[in-house]
Amino acid sequence: MTYRIQGETGSWEVVIGLEVHAQVISASKLFSGASTTFGAEPNTQVSLVDAALPGMLPVINGVCVEQAVRTGLALRAKINHRSIFARKNYFYADLPQGYQISQYEQPIVGEGKLVLDMPDGSSRTVGIERLHLEQDAGKSMHDQHPTRSLIDLNRAGVALMEIVSRPDMREPEEAGAYLRKLRSILRYIGTCDGNMEEGSMRCDVNVSVRPEGETELRTRCEVKNVNSVRFVMQAIEAEASRQVQVWESGAEVKQETRLFDPSKGETRSMRSKEHAHDYRYFPDPDLLPLEFDEDFVDRVRQSLPELPDDKKERFITDYGLTPYDASVLVVDRESADYFEAVAQGRDGKTAANWVINNLFGALAKAGHSVADSPVSAAALGKLLDLMASDVINGRIAKDVFDVMIGTGGDPEAIVEERGLRQVTDTGAIEAAIDAVIAANPGKADEVRGGKEKLLGWFVGQVMKATGGKANPGLVNDILKSRLLGG
Amino acid sequence: MESTSSLPADLTDLTLVQARSGLEQGTFSPTELVQAHLDRLEKADALNAFITKTPDLALAQAERAEKRLRDRTHGPLEGIPLGIKDLFCTEGVETTAASRILKGFIPPYESTVTDKLFQAGAVMLGKTNLDEFAMGSSNKTSAAGPCLNPWRRAGDDEALVPGGSSGGSASAVSARLVLGATGTDTGGSIRQPAAFCGIVGLKPTYGRCSRWGIVAFASSLDQAGPMTRTVHDAAVMLRAMAGHDPRDSTSAPVEVPNYEAALTGDIRGLRVGLPREYRPDGLDPEMAALWDKGAQMLRDAGAEVVEVSLPHTRYALATYYIVAPAEASSNLARYDGVRYGLRVEGASLDEMYCKTRAAGFGSEVRRRILIGTYALSAGYYDAYYLKAQRVRARIADDFRQAFRDVDVLLTPTTPTAAFGLNETIDDPITMYLNDVFTVPTSLAGLPGLSIPVGLSSKGLPIGLQLIGRHFDEETVLNAGLVLERAAAFTHRPAFLTDTGEA
Repeated sequence: MTYRIQGETGSWEVVIGLEVHAQVISASKLFSGASTTFGAEPNTQVSLVDAALPGMLPVINGVCVEQAVRTGLALRAKINHRSIFARKNYFYADLPQGYQISQYEQPIVGEGKLVLDMPDGSSRTVGIERLHLEQDAGKSMHDQHPTRSLIDLNRAGVALMEIVSRPDMREPEEAGAYLRKLRSILRYIGTCDGNMEEGSMRCDVNVSVRPEGETELRTRCEVKNVNSVRFVMQAIEAEASRQVQVWESGAEVKQETRLFDPSKGETRSMRSKEHAHDYRYFPDPDLLPLEFDEDFVDRVRQSLPELPDDKKERFITDYGLTPYDASVLVVDRESADYFEAVAQGRDGKTAANWVINNLFGALAKAGHSVADSPVSAAALGKLLDLMASDVINGRIAKDVFDVMIGTGGDPEAIVEERGLRQVTDTGAIEAAIDAVIAANPGKADEVRGGKEKLLGWFVGQVMKATGGKANPGLVNDILKSRLLGG
Repeated sequence: MESTSSLPADLTDLTLVQARSGLEQGTFSPTELVQAHLDRLEKADALNAFITKTPDLALAQAERAEKRLRDRTHGPLEGIPLGIKDLFCTEGVETTAASRILKGFIPPYESTVTDKLFQAGAVMLGKTNLDEFAMGSSNKTSAAGPCLNPWRRAGDDEALVPGGSSGGSASAVSARLVLGATGTDTGGSIRQPAAFCGIVGLKPTYGRCSRWGIVAFASSLDQAGPMTRTVHDAAVMLRAMAGHDPRDSTSAPVEVPNYEAALTGDIRGLRVGLPREYRPDGLDPEMAALWDKGAQMLRDAGAEVVEVSLPHTRYALATYYIVAPAEASSNLARYDGVRYGLRVEGASLDEMYCKTRAAGFGSEVRRRILIGTYALSAGYYDAYYLKAQRVRARIADDFRQAFRDVDVLLTPTTPTAAFGLNETIDDPITMYLNDVFTVPTSLAGLPGLSIPVGLSSKGLPIGLQLIGRHFDEETVLNAGLVLERAAAFTHRPAFLTDTGEA
C-alpha cells in the first residue's frame, strides 16, 4: 500500500515538497497598472514600470493583496498583518529591473494546511509552509529568429502567489492529489484559474529519498517548472529512482536544480549549487512594509464562499454520500452546485449516482464541462422525478437521458413524444404475459415444476413484448401469480 | 527685502523672489528674463555646468509664461529660469545621469518634481551636470566631463570642483546662469555643492518630494530639493516641488505648508543644538570658528544655543557606504543594454551584459556596484547590510533624542572648502569624508539646509548646515533666514569678475 522504491540495498521512502506558482486573478499587475489579459500581442501590456525605465517606481495593487489573503484564509493559514517585499537580484533578459520583487523573510501568509482527498476515499493533511506574493518575469522566445532571442514583457510584473508545502508527501499520487486540491480551492475562491497548460499555475517539485526507517532528510533536488499534474507525478518517480541509484552506487546526491523531460521520462541537471545564483535578497527600499488590520482580513473572510472541505462534509451529512462521491462532486463549484440543484428535495445518493456516473461520463465523452452541460440540473432532476413516480423505469430513464444529452430536450416531453411512459395498466401487462406463456408452454411448465430461475427469462420476454415500458415490478408479480399460483 | 525699486542692471543678478515680483509687475517680461540668462549661459561653457541646454524649449516656455502672466493665470514660478539636474527624467529631453550608459536616452515621461515645477510656470534652460548617477562629491565622475566651481581661491587660478553630486546645479546658480536649480541629495549631494559654491541648498525630509522619474541611486536616501541663492528662494521653490505622489510609495501623504509664510525672521526662544561629535579633533580651525560665529548669530537673534550629543555619528559614514552602494547595486541592474541606453553586442547574453556595463559605467559607479554587491552577498549580508541597517536605526534615534531638547541643529556642512580639480585624491575614502557632516541627516531622513555664512582665509565660501525634525522644513528655513541675514553673505564668485559681471 505504502509507496516505496525497491532498490538493491532495500526499500526507499520518497519525500516530496511542492512549490506552486499561481498567477493571481487581477485586472492589472502587482506593481503597475498594465493589463494582465492572457494572449495579447507581445509587448502591448507593458507599462513604464514593467519595462523598468529609469526612475520608475512600484506601487502595490490592493486587489492582489486581497487575493493573497483570500487564498491564505482558504488554506487555513496564518495571515501576517505586516509583511515585507524584498528584491531577488539576478540578471536575465526577460527580467527588466534586474531583480524580481518578491517576499523573503516576512511573507504575507504563514503556515497553513491542505487536506488531500485520495482516490480510495481517504484523506491526508499536508502542511503549507508559506504563501508569498511576487512578480512574474517576462517571456524569452529563442525560436523566433535564427540568431536573436525575442522578449515579450506582457507577463513581466504579473502577480504570482508562491505557495510552498512542507515536505509532507511520500508518494507521487499524493503530489497529484495536492495539486488537484490546491487548484480546486484556488478556483473556488477565484484567486487563480489553475490553468497549468497556459502556465497560470506552475510547479517546482522538491524530491529526496531515504532508506525506509531513516528519520533525517537527505539532500533534495528541485525539479523546475513541471507543467501538468501527470508530469509532476512522472517527474517524482523518475527523480526518486535516479536518486536511489545514486545513493546505492555509493555516491551522494548533490543539491541542484533539474528539469524534467517528459518525452524521455527523466530529469536532467540544470545548474548545480556551485553555479547557483546568489540572489542578494534585501528589503525593497521603494516599498513600505505591507500592513493591514484584522478588519481587512475579516472583510475578506466574509467574502469567502463555502470551501470544498466544508462542502464535502456537508454533502456526506446532508445527502448521505460516501466520502469518495462527495469529494468527486466538490472538486469544482459548478459540479457541486449542479449536484445540489439535482439533489434538492430528492434522494441524494441517486442524484450523486446520476451526476457522477451518467452525467460526468457523458460530458467527458462529448467534451463538455458542467458549465455548458446540455442537460440542465433542473432537467436531470425532472428525469429523476419521473423515475421516482414510476412514470418510467431506470432503463428507460437512461435512454431518455441519452436523448437529453444529444438534443437538450425536456425529459417529460421526450417520454411523451416517444411513448416511453411506463405501462402500469395491469390488463395490458396481463395480456402480454398470457401471450408469452401461451407461446412458450414448455418453459412455463418448467417454472411450474420448480425451476424458478426461468422466471427472469419470462420477465425479459414480457419487457421485450412491451417495448421495455412495462413496470418491471408489476410484471414480476403477475408472472409469479400466473405460473406459481402465488 | 523684496524691494524692486533698486533692480540690479543685470536681470541675472536678481534673486528668484525679486524676479518673480518684476515679472508680476511687468517690469520685464519672461522672455527678457530668460534671454538674459541664456546669454550668460552662452558665455559660461568653461564651467561645463550643463550637459544639455534647451534654449528653444526655454523660449517657448517663456512665451507661454508671458501669456499666463497676461491672463493672470500664472503659477508661483511663472517665467523663472531654472536648471534641472540631469538625474530628473524630462519628457522629450535627453536624460543621461551623466553616464555613458544612458547616452541618448530620451524619456517619454516627465518626473513628478519637474512636472510640478513646469505646472508652476518654471522655465528649463537645460540639464545640469552631476557626478555619474549622483555618485560623487566633486562632479569629476561625470561622463560629460567635470563641472567647475565659479569660485577660485584668492590670488590663485587653480580650477576648483563645485562639489557633488549636484555640482552643475550649484555652479549654475552661483554663476547666475539660472535663478535656481533642482538637486538631489543622497548623502550630501545638495548641501555639499551648495556649500562649495556659496549658495543655499535644501535637502527636504525623505518623502517630502516624489522620487518618481528621478534616476535612482539609493532609494531609501534619495531626495530632491531646491538650490538657490537665498533662503527665501529655496522656500518658494520647495513649495512648488513638494507634495504627496501616489506613484511613489515612499512619498509622504502630508500637506505642503506655505514655507514663505514661515519666514518670520523671529527665532526668539528657538532651541539650537550643536552636536559635539561634529567637532572632531582634526576639525579645520577656520571651520570651527565659523561654526561658533554662526551659533553666535543665532544667539544674538534670541535663540538658545546648547550642546547636544549624537553618539553614533562616527558610524554614519561607514553605514552610509554600505546602505547606499547596496541599494545602488540593485537599482543600476536595469542598465543592461536590453531595452534602452547603451548596448555593446556580445556573443552571448552574459557577454553583452559585461561589455555593455563595462563600457557604460565609470570607475566610481563600478566601485559602488561592487561594494554593494559584496555587502548583499550570501554570508556577508548579516555582517554588512543588516548591521548597517541596525546602526542606521541608532543614528536616527540619536536625532530623535536630540530633538526632544532642541528645535534645530547647527553644524558645518563640509569639513573643508572646495578643493582643486586636479588635487589628486587617490583614496576614495578621503573623498567620502566630504560627506561626513551631511550623511547622518540623510540616514535619518531629516531635512538639512546649507547656507553660505562666510569665506575662508583663502576666499572660498563656507556653509553651515541647519538640521530639523521630520517635515519641519519651516523651522529650518526660518532659522536659515536669520543666519542668512546676520551673515550678509554678498561675496561673488571669481567667474562673475572674469566675465565682466562684477
